Order: sequence, then C-alpha cells, then structure tokens
Amino acid sequence: MTTEAWWASPSLWRKTAVWITGGSFVILVFLTFDTMAYISAGGKQVPGYSIINQRVDYQYDDEKKRYLPVIGPEEPLFGKMLTEEEAKALVSKGKLTTQAKNCMQCHTLLGNGAYYAPDLTKAWLDPWWGNKEIREQQMVDFLMNPQDRLHNALGRRMPNLNITEEEARATVAFLKWMSAINTLGFPHNFKAIDQSAASAQQ
Amino acid sequence: MAALGVFDTANLNSGQKLAMKYFAVALPLFGAQILFGLLAGLQYLIPDFLFQVLDFSVNRTVHLNAMIVWMLYGFIGGVYWMLEDEAQHPVVGLWLGKLIFWILTIAVAIVVLVYLLIQIGPAEMSTIWFIMEGREYIEAPRWADIGIVVSVLVFFFNVAATFSKGRYTGIGGVLVLDLLALFGIYLAGMFYTPNISVDQFWWWWVIHLWVEATWEVLVGCIMAYMLIQTLGVRRKIVETWLYIEVALMFGSGILGLGHHYFWIGTPQYWLTIGGFFSALEPIPLVAMVVHAVFDSGVHKLRNSNHPALAWTIGQAAGNFFGAGVWGFMHTLPQINLYTHGTQWTASHGHLAFFGAYSTAVIAFFYLAAQKSRGNVWMSGNIVGGWKWKWSMAFLWIGMIGMTMALLIAGYEQSQIERAVGGSTWMAYFEAQSHPWFMQAMTWRQISGYIFGLGYILLVWDLLTIGKRETRSVSELHAEQPQPA
Repeated sequence: MTTEAWWASPSLWRKTAVWITGGSFVILVFLTFDTMAYISAGGKQVPGYSIINQRVDYQYDDEKKRYLPVIGPEEPLFGKMLTEEEAKALVSKGKLTTQAKNCMQCHTLLGNGAYYAPDLTKAWLDPWWGNKEIREQQMVDFLMNPQDRLHNALGRRMPNLNITEEEARATVAFLKWMSAINTLGFPHNFKAIDQSAASAQQ
Repeated sequence: MAALGVFDTANLNSGQKLAMKYFAVALPLFGAQILFGLLAGLQYLIPDFLFQVLDFSVNRTVHLNAMIVWMLYGFIGGVYWMLEDEAQHPVVGLWLGKLIFWILTIAVAIVVLVYLLIQIGPAEMSTIWFIMEGREYIEAPRWADIGIVVSVLVFFFNVAATFSKGRYTGIGGVLVLDLLALFGIYLAGMFYTPNISVDQFWWWWVIHLWVEATWEVLVGCIMAYMLIQTLGVRRKIVETWLYIEVALMFGSGILGLGHHYFWIGTPQYWLTIGGFFSALEPIPLVAMVVHAVFDSGVHKLRNSNHPALAWTIGQAAGNFFGAGVWGFMHTLPQINLYTHGTQWTASHGHLAFFGAYSTAVIAFFYLAAQKSRGNVWMSGNIVGGWKWKWSMAFLWIGMIGMTMALLIAGYEQSQIERAVGGSTWMAYFEAQSHPWFMQAMTWRQISGYIFGLGYILLVWDLLTIGKRETRSVSELHAEQPQPA
C-alpha cells in the first residue's frame, strides 16, 4: 500500500473541521453582542417604544440611496402622550396579540412569515388607510371585524380572530413602532401615506 | 429468525426496534404535511374554502409543523437505527428512550389537536404557554418546548452513552457534538420579547442553525452510514469526507446566518457577511454530490438496496439544487431586497426541505423495510419493483412542478409587487391577482396532487416491498469479489 497523501488524512480534516467550526462560532458570538447594540429598543437602528408619540414617515434618502424611517413632530397615537414605560407595555401587548393570533402564518413581518396576505413592516404607513386623520380608527375597526371587508378583487379575506378593542389598539401601536425600525431600505420603493400638514387640511 | 420476506421485528436489534416506532409515526405525519399543504394551496385558488373553519394560517401551521416533526422523527429513528451497528454496543438506557418516545408522541398529538381545534387565544402569556407561540416553525407552545428539550436530552444521553460504552467512530463523534449543538440552539427560541428585531434575531438562530447547519451535519452522519451499508464504501473514505463536509458546512453555514439579518433592523455589516458566507453555502453540497456519485461509480452501482441508494443519490442532488442553487439564487442582498418574503422563498423552501431531508428519511425507510423482512433482496429485479420507481418519479415530478410554479409566482411578485409597486397593499393584491400568479398557483396545486399520489404509492410500497421475495441480500455479498 502506498503512503497516504497528507491532504487525504482523516486527522487533518478532523482538526480543520474543529477549528473552522469553533472559529466561526466565536465570530458569531462576537457579532451577536455587537448587533444587540443596534437592535435593542432605543439602539442605533431600533427606536425606543415612545417613538409612537411622534410622526413616523418613510422616505428615500438620496445620499444613502435607500428608503429610511424619518421621525417627525409629536403625533401621539390615539391622541395620548405615553411615557416610555407605558408605550412599552402597549407595544408589548400588541406584539403578543400578533403571536396569539398567529398573524405570521398569513402575513410577513419584517418580510418573515407567510405569503397569503400583505407584508406588515410598513402597514402603519400604507396609503390604503385613506388619510392620517382616520387611519387609527380604520385600523382598529378592520382588526376587530375584517371578515366582512372585501378589500381585493381576489375575494381573499381576513378571518375574524376575536380581537378585542384593547388588543386592536395595542396592535396598532406595535405596527406604528415597527414601522420606525431602520430595515436598511426594505421594503424598497414603498410610497407611504401622505402625512403632511397639507393633507390634513384637505 | 422469521422466514425471509415476513415482517418481524425479531430481525432487528433493540435500537432498530425503537427506530421503527419513530418511523411509524414519521410516515403518517408526512401524509399530514401533504394533506394540509394541499388545503392551504387550494385556498389560494378558492379563498372561501374552509374560511373561518380551517383558515390558511391553521393549515399552514400544521403543514410546517408536521414537516418539522416527521423529519425530526426520521432523523431520531435514523440515529437509533445505526447506533448499535456503529457503537458495537446495545443502546444504553433503552427503556428511557422508549418512554420518551411515547411521551413525545402524545405531546405532538396534543399540540396538533390544539392547533386544529383551538387555533388561537387572547393576547396573554397563557396563550404562549398552552396554545401556541405564533412564531413560524417554532409555534409549539412553551410547555411543549420544555418537553422537546427533555426528550432531546434523553435522546442525546442514549447516543452519547452508547458510543462511550461501545466505541467512538468518526461518525459517532461528529454526531454527538452535532446533537449537543442542536439541543443548545433550541433554547435560543424560548423567550418572549416585545422587540420584534430581537425576537427575529434569536428566532433565526434556531431556524437557520438547525436547518442550514446542524440538521445538514446530522443528515451527513446518517447518510455516511447509509453509504457504508448500501454500497459497502470503506469507513475511512466516508469519514474523511464527513470531516470535510463538516468543515465546509459549518464554515459557510454558521456565518451564513447573516443572510437572515439583512432587513430586520440589524446592522449593515450583515449585508456583506451574510452575502459572502451564504454564497459559499452550496460548496459543501457540491462536495456531497461528488462524494455520493463518485462512490457509486467506484462500486459500479452494485449495492444491496436499490431504492435506498436511489433516494441517497436523490438526496445529494436535491440538497444541492434545493438548498444550494435555489438558495444562492436569491441570497445576495442586492436581489433579496426584492425577493425577501415572496413565493420565491416558498419555492426554495419546498425543494430544499424535500431535497435535503425528506429524501434522506425515505432512504432510511427502505433500509428499515429491508431488514425487518429478514434482509431480503432489494437489488436488481425486485418483485413489484415498479412501485418504488413510480412513487419516486411521482414525488420528484410533483416536487419539481411545485418548485417551478412557485418560482414563477416569486419572479412575478418580486417584479410587480416589489420593484414596480413598492410593496404597498395595493401592489401586493395587484400582483396576487395577476394571471401569471394565478396560473402558477394552479400548476402548483396540480403538482401537489401528483406529489400526493407519489406518497400513496410510497406507503403502499413500504408496506409490501420484499413481501414475496425469496432471495436474501446475502446472495449479493456471495457474488461480490472480496477486496484484496
């Protein structure tokens, strides 16, 4: 039998596998710590929960060449200013609603989920709600009774998920907060609802 | 020992008897996956079908969870199947393994019944604990999570203790470390946070590091055993390849996790890291194809189990195309900005899960069918051999049909809804009602029925193959020239 080539030796590849796996994992752990600074609420890319007291918009940034959230003047949700703690409790209730109602198995959130219904990343900013004056109430009404509201030519409808008014309002808060996350330009080319002062006067 | 061709568990070692239990649950769950997939698919074509009875969300939840559970059952079965052969030692703590099988199976049944009958709950933590978590793939309520953790620990104990008492082969060593990682990663998904970016960050730790790393290595281990069994490949060759595959798989897959961190609020460096490492992810899959095809060629396709080897080669090819090529097609952020969250992902998901995992488990089903009938002949001219060939053909044709149809729907959606329409609700529904999309969904459904037909044939074949066979597998070995 001929001598084995060095590159065909099992022990070489076993060591390589161990070192590569260990090395990759260490890098991943390091990056995970670093990423937390960006994605914790109030971090570099994910806003604090009291952002729902302000206007949230989504505009094209000509310098960065991508769409980014733009935070505007005070525009409290349902007309009520909340502290960071109160806002967190409300957004948390909304997030829990999205889980308890299994939203993700029809919709996508931040693009993840199912594809039977529209993406919710920027649902707060969707022109479909008409104008910003009626938007909050429109959203609450829709969430509580979606089954009779035909909103597309396909006949695809959202079922009634027994969402209470409290849950619906909290869900709207969660959606508003989510729309303020810097998702690096996803979704691209999204034309947000007109929230300017001019639109309010119409 | 029972007569040749008669089904009898006396033909099996004790680990294999336990494996048969897992396989016996996995196979009907595969059927449930197909059934609920067909129901969900039909709702794209007839939106009022089962509206407010079994909504799309319910059907899809069961479709996905049945898939995860039957594959896990298949893998666990595969590991118990090979354990005593590999370790040359009876399973340590077998009674605990048997007990856990029943507990896990009852838990799965309860979870599925709750998904179907209770479906959703109020926005309270009790819903998360007892009904469902509402997070795709890991919907299982928290009580079941804890059950899964305990079960996996027992399974890990069985495997690690058996190898320790017997002998540690290369396959055994990789397997034990991989199971440890698989277990640890699951814990990352067991908490609640209001912050969806943090939620999805850890959620991907579980999903990606399972599906695109630890599951791949687990399948690498059981398929290595499969090649030794069916082709008689030398252990040293198989194990060297396994190490290479592990190096490539973890080297690309661990940081390839970054391709899920493009658009969820995570920092910009993930675009580069995720794009680069996920672009490398197909390489180990190429290596696996080379390995399987090369070994088959060296042995001139002379093997002891034709259906199992055919599914093994199908696994290598399906893994490469489904996970590798289909994944690569939309993994770079420059295209993913438009394809993320469209039917493109569904196309990739279907071919990848089937190609990489279903195929591997089906190969083990055939190994089990052979041995439980007393190691019957399963090489050339199997009695009733048309069944395995046609079921395989229907399953593959159905799967390729679904994949292609969903890909077309994904292209259309990426262009019309995303690039042009900018992802508003109007743009979404405009794309969904486009004839190209609707035609694709019709073809997906037809392909789904073909796939279902393949499944029915598969079940029939697994229950009957080898039944009227009078030849034993030893006849093949008798003819085979012994290596010098």
